[in-house]
Amino acid sequence: MLRFIVRRLFQLIPILLGLSVLLFAWLRALPGGPAQAALGERATPEAIAQYNELFGLDEPLYVQYFRFLGRAVTLDFGNSTQYGRPVTEVFLERFPGTIELTVLAMIFAIGVGIPLGYLAARRHGSFLDSASVVGSLLGVAIPVFFLAYLLRLLFAVELGWLPGSGRQDVRIDATRITNFYVLDGLMTREWDAAWDAFLHLILPAIALGTIPLAIIVRITRASVLDVVNEDYVRTANAKGLATATVRRRHVVRNALLPVSTTIGLQTGLLLSGAVLTETVFAFGGVGLTLRDAITYRDFAVLQGFILMLAVVYVLVNLLVDISYGLLDPRVRVR
Amino acid sequence: MVQTGSAAAGGLATPVLEVEDLAVTFARRGEQPTRAVDGVSFSVAPGETIGLVGESGCGKSVTSLAVMGLLPRRGVQVTGSVRLDGQELIGAPDRVLRSLRGADMGMVFQDPLSSLNPTVPIGTQVAEVLLEHREMTKAEARDEATRLLDRVGIPDPARRLKEYPHQLSGGMRQRALIAMSLACSPRLLIADEPTTALDVTIQAQILELLRELVVDSGTALVMITHDLGVVAGLCDRVHVMYAGKVIETADRHDLFARPRQPYTGGLLASVPRLDSGRGTPLTPIRGSAADAIPWAEGCAFAPRCDNAQDDCLTEVSGSTVPLEPDGPGRELRCRHPLEHPSAPAGASAFGTDAPGAAR
Repeated sequence: MLRFIVRRLFQLIPILLGLSVLLFAWLRALPGGPAQAALGERATPEAIAQYNELFGLDEPLYVQYFRFLGRAVTLDFGNSTQYGRPVTEVFLERFPGTIELTVLAMIFAIGVGIPLGYLAARRHGSFLDSASVVGSLLGVAIPVFFLAYLLRLLFAVELGWLPGSGRQDVRIDATRITNFYVLDGLMTREWDAAWDAFLHLILPAIALGTIPLAIIVRITRASVLDVVNEDYVRTANAKGLATATVRRRHVVRNALLPVSTTIGLQTGLLLSGAVLTETVFAFGGVGLTLRDAITYRDFAVLQGFILMLAVVYVLVNLLVDISYGLLDPRVRVR
Repeated sequence: MVQTGSAAAGGLATPVLEVEDLAVTFARRGEQPTRAVDGVSFSVAPGETIGLVGESGCGKSVTSLAVMGLLPRRGVQVTGSVRLDGQELIGAPDRVLRSLRGADMGMVFQDPLSSLNPTVPIGTQVAEVLLEHREMTKAEARDEATRLLDRVGIPDPARRLKEYPHQLSGGMRQRALIAMSLACSPRLLIADEPTTALDVTIQAQILELLRELVVDSGTALVMITHDLGVVAGLCDRVHVMYAGKVIETADRHDLFARPRQPYTGGLLASVPRLDSGRGTPLTPIRGSAADAIPWAEGCAFAPRCDNAQDDCLTEVSGSTVPLEPDGPGRELRCRHPLEHPSAPAGASAFGTDAPGAAR
């Protein structure tokens, strides 16, 4: 097991090296550099040259790359040209927001998706079943930004039930410890801050959780339909077990195997930043930061964020693989 | 074996299971209903083993599932009577059937790997039957499960309890399934092709195990098989099924010595024998089970039968072919049975005289 984990972690090295080269080349190929973005379209060539010299952007690419690489190993991705602060600092400030959002979105997707998918399968062919199939198709098909706008327009703008932008009401002066706003509020006993941060999460989490929800409903339904026809479920019934035991131990347990993989992969995807949802709700997570970084050609932020997100993605997948081994004895790594 | 067989055939013991005029119809929306089992009757006495024999699709497995009440409720119509120790099972509520299944009637399935839950340890799968039907603590159930695994010949049972089905060999898995089905000492055990998925050597071990268990505990055993070797080794009485109906019933010895239905004769002749010369062709039955005609139109086997004549068809004879008594202890559904009492080519491969042949 430990060897498996170590091997997977070693696989990170070529992935990160390859990704960093691609990133570096891609960013430099973008039209207009950070100087142009920072100083505006009418900046004089002298000003641009001065800016580039200041940030070391005038040196040959390979020199820039190796300098970047040398620092990156120590988690130093340089300073953001946008914020004038270390990229790592910005990341630690923004990533907790994305984690909070992802967690709530997945709780929504799992909490609604698994029961709905299970019920649809149990009542195969019923109205509930058809509705869940059509609904989940709609959930996958509807563009996220459209749904996000719709939710915001209805519940934040028109009805005013929930906040529609940001992570915290600006009027609340909350203490920051971990940058997980809800957690901070709970830790400092600033209950109103925690509650307010939670309310700010609801609409984006629903928008973000819709696609995972739809996928989880479909997979759960298909998986349950599959499993109830398995021979071992017939065996369980032949043993005269109570219906509840058959369902819990023999149907649900096996039906959730493919669902758990989906949950893991979706969590990984959401953690890598929900650019669209965060943009609509002006939610200061990594998605919004990445969008701004592209607009302002903030190379340092783009390089640092994308590499760190790649690490997160690989780690989440590793967790998925490990948990799958725990759930399914057949793939247990020895 | 011989004693129990003849005792049962003599009708001395009260049967454990009585099946009367059982019919199963599958009706899917927008499809022609199919009658998979049609008027099947048989009974099994304590300690007796009967065989339901036939090709794939003849309705033998559906019969067993109908007895166990394991057919889906939707789209399936089951009529007739199934009595377990006198208690009617057809139409009985699910709660009653669940209390009987596993406790008073057990079933062993064909493919031991797919019949075991891959994500639950063997021990849990054995113990859950006991916990369901017997008032036992978890510790007692675990001890009993160890004893059961030991009884069905699984070495090192305490360790095996914690293992998962994929860690066991095919024979072991089937033994574990048998242990589960016998956990509560049921009065009736149905084995649906329990050896088909196993190696020949393992097959023999499993059959021997089943035979011992039946003899020891007086369990009534219904053996569902297409393998005449299994029948020869295990069954007291045999019901040959074709296209959902029983077409011939006889004691094992009579059946192997003097098959009357041309289909039975054909089955026996299709089995390879050691004592025929090399290169001697087998005599297969023509066509396949898919060639069967509906019983309402005539004998379902007629299209493949060498003895078939015009009056095998309802159109000519004016009536469907009935199942009629055919000598002592025999029943036959045929208008033109095999007349020669001497066995056709296959019989001696299984032996026609008793004790040694029982293997």
